[in-house]
Formats: sequence, C-alpha cells, structure tokens
Amino acid sequence: MTEVQKYSLFLGCVMPNRFPNLEKSIRVVLPRLGVELEDLEGASCCPAPGVIRSFDEPTWLALAARNLALAENAGNDIITGCNGCYGTFKEALGEVRSNPKKLREVRKILKDVGVRFKAKSSAKHVIEVLSEIGPERIRELITLPLSGIRVGVHYGCHLLKPSKNRPWKQTQKHSFLDELVEATGAESVAYKDKDLCCGAGGGVRAGQAALSVDFAREKLDNLIAAGVDCIINVCSFCHLQFELAQPQLNDEAGTQEYQIPVVYYTQLLGLALGIEPDELGLGKHVVDTKPLLARIGG
Amino acid sequence: MNESPLDAIDSEDIDPHFADKLVDAGIGRIRTCIQCGVCSAVCPSGRRTAFRTREIMRKAVLGLKDEVLSSEDLWLCSTCFTCLERCPREIKVTDAIVVMRNMAVEEGYMLPQHRKASKKLLTSGHLVPIDRANRRARRELGLDELPPTTHSDEQALEEVKKVMKKTGFKTLIEGEAKEGA
Repeated sequence: MTEVQKYSLFLGCVMPNRFPNLEKSIRVVLPRLGVELEDLEGASCCPAPGVIRSFDEPTWLALAARNLALAENAGNDIITGCNGCYGTFKEALGEVRSNPKKLREVRKILKDVGVRFKAKSSAKHVIEVLSEIGPERIRELITLPLSGIRVGVHYGCHLLKPSKNRPWKQTQKHSFLDELVEATGAESVAYKDKDLCCGAGGGVRAGQAALSVDFAREKLDNLIAAGVDCIINVCSFCHLQFELAQPQLNDEAGTQEYQIPVVYYTQLLGLALGIEPDELGLGKHVVDTKPLLARIGG
Repeated sequence: MNESPLDAIDSEDIDPHFADKLVDAGIGRIRTCIQCGVCSAVCPSGRRTAFRTREIMRKAVLGLKDEVLSSEDLWLCSTCFTCLERCPREIKVTDAIVVMRNMAVEEGYMLPQHRKASKKLLTSGHLVPIDRANRRARRELGLDELPPTTHSDEQALEEVKKVMKKTGFKTLIEGEAKEGA
C-alpha cells in the first residue's frame, strides 16, 4: 500500500474561482494515491508573485506568510496546484529563512492580527508530490492506459525557476512531468520551444492583453505543428491562459484554428485511473474536450 | 559632433544612488553587468516587442531613475525568470525588475488594470474573486458553492484586510492616509 500523507490544500484564486473543475480533479485523484487533503480554511490569495510582489513586496510577503502560518498551525505542509502560488511560497520561505530582519517584521505584523508564524512548514506542488510517489507506482495503478494519445507537455515557469530554490534534479531540460504523463500510457510529444512561457504571468495578462495572447499564440502554433491531442499543464494560470487565448485568437482571425483541449495533469491521470470524465470536471472546459475523450473512449 | 546630440544623457537625469538602492534591495551584483545581452536574447517578451532587458539594466546602473521607473517596459516582463537563470554574472535580473516595479508604484506609476485587480484583493482577499457563473459551476461539480477561503470566512477576511492596512497596501492602492499618521 501507498503510505498516506497529509497536506493542507492551498487553492489560490484562479483555481477555485475560475476553474473549479481543476480543483475537483485534484480532490478526486490525490486521495486515490494515498494523499489526504485538508482544507486550508481562511486562506487568501497567495498573493500572486508577478503582480502583488511587483507592487509592494512587504504586502506580498506578509500575506504569503499568513497562508503558510495557517498550514503550519494545522500541523501540515501546503500543497498547491498552481505554479504562481508555488512560486510565492517557495520565494517567501526563501526570503524569511535567509533574512532574519524580514522574518521579524512579518512575525510582528502577523502577531498583531493574532497569527503565529515560525516559517517551519513548507510548500509543495501537486506535481512534486506525484513525482515523489513516482511514475512507476502510478503506472501500476493505471486501469485505462491512454495509448495513442499525443500530449504536448507545458511545465510553466515558476514550477522550475528560480532553479536555486526548486527541488528538481536538473536546472533545465526537465523530464519529470513527461514521465508522469507517459505513466498514463500517453505519449509526450516533442515540440518547438517547449519551455516558452505561457505569457500570463508578471501582470502581463492583466496589463498587456495583446502581448500576453501573442505569447500563447506562439506556443499554440508550435503545439498545432506537432499534432497534439491536448496540452497538459500543471498551473491554474497557464490553464486559464490557454483556455481563454484560444477563443480570443479564433475571434480575431475569424477562424476556428485553435481548438486544442487544455487538460490539467490530474484530469489526465484520473482518466487513466478509470474515473469518469465528469467527475474530473472535463465537461466544464472552455475549449471542448470531447474530441480528446472520444479518442480515449474509442 | 561638437554639439550635444539630442539623446545625450543630461547629468541632472542621473541619480547616483539608484544602483545602491537596488543593491540594498537584494540585487547585489547589478554593477557587475557586462551588457552581454543574454537577458535580452532569452526574453520571450523581447522577441515580440521593443522591450530590451539589457537596456533597463544599463539604465539602472547608470542611475537613470525617472526614465526607468516611468517606462512601460518595466511592465512587459512576464517574470519567467529565464534571464535570471542565464545571466553569466548571476545577477538576479528578474528580481531587479520586480524591485524597480515596487519603486515605480511608490512613485505613482501603476497600470489602471493593476490598480483595479489590487482593489479586488483589498475587498475580497482574492485577486480573482468568485463570480456567479463559478458559484454555479462549483455546485454542479459537487464542491461547496464558495471555496473554504476568505470567501467563506468573515473573520479571516478581516484579518487579511488588517494585514494589508498595516503594510500600507490599502493606502498605496487607495491613496488614503496611513494608519496612525
């Protein structure tokens, strides 16, 4: 049996408030792998590293520390399914652990609102926890291998960088997510500029809409050229970007060129575990997932 | 070339302490920049705009404070961290941009969309709060209509608001007087 491990599930903003189908897939799939999820009650925005950290670093650090403190006081580490939230917690912990003055300032602010913070808990990404369980173990649990499905894997930026504050063995040319995808029986297809940013982060999607969509267009064109059945991502903000940019690009061009289903990793894994698509929120996508589901079911 | 060219740098535009402020904010190696241009070469934003990371770095080291902080270029960075990873001098380039963005906001330079999003954080604890369509989507998925966040915990929301008041964020975004001032 897989050893049971318990985490505080940190949802963030985009996942629960725009793509609750992703949240649903995490809540359904992780317990199947022996990962118990406890709600992190009263959590706020992480807050977003590219915007709030850009506007006012002390506010970013204080709110991040409050979220970490909620998990710490529940006796858990945080688990998150968003690269942005993950980046915030990794960087915030890096700041307070290497800078005693910043830790003191944050503790004072939190103490004044009645929250104790020791910077003792840590934060993991859903994919980090799944990687620790390992593709070999996951492969053993697969009941519906996704043979013949061609997947374009998108890691996103903050899952991997800054590499000095990330747990991965390598600093570039990563393969851990491709291995998790291939454990489902699907094929991870090589495509041009796989490491290219989705273009949503850093306040670019909010502040520079046309530029942001142009990042996505380049990535999507490269995925179309590679002939993929779906994009697999592991970040609610990258997910939002690829889901919303495709109809935007279609509207602009007056065509239906961009129709790549955008699937979160735990949704793909859930399918391979034999879980019904609706249970994984696959009926609630912006870009229709039916062509993909037909290939899997057919 | 005896006349001063139009694009000459006026010494009045140079803030000799600007680079020191960046160093103090954690960009300790910024003066070691050799203008090699790797940051620009790897920048996914620079390949589709006139944004040049190298230029911002040079201007920052020179101390062209107003020019850098008022430039919209600062806001074209998606914070992908590729420049920081690849800089041969190991300068925290992305962090430098984030620090300069903080300085820009303090000077009053902020995109209206960013101010609007910040107001959502101030009132709801979420940059992207729930809406009616997603309340329904959550119900249909068998999830609680509101996530177990500040959205369903009034006391937690008050706590978060208090933190943002203490750090001065409320004042920064709304322009109200600081607490105790």
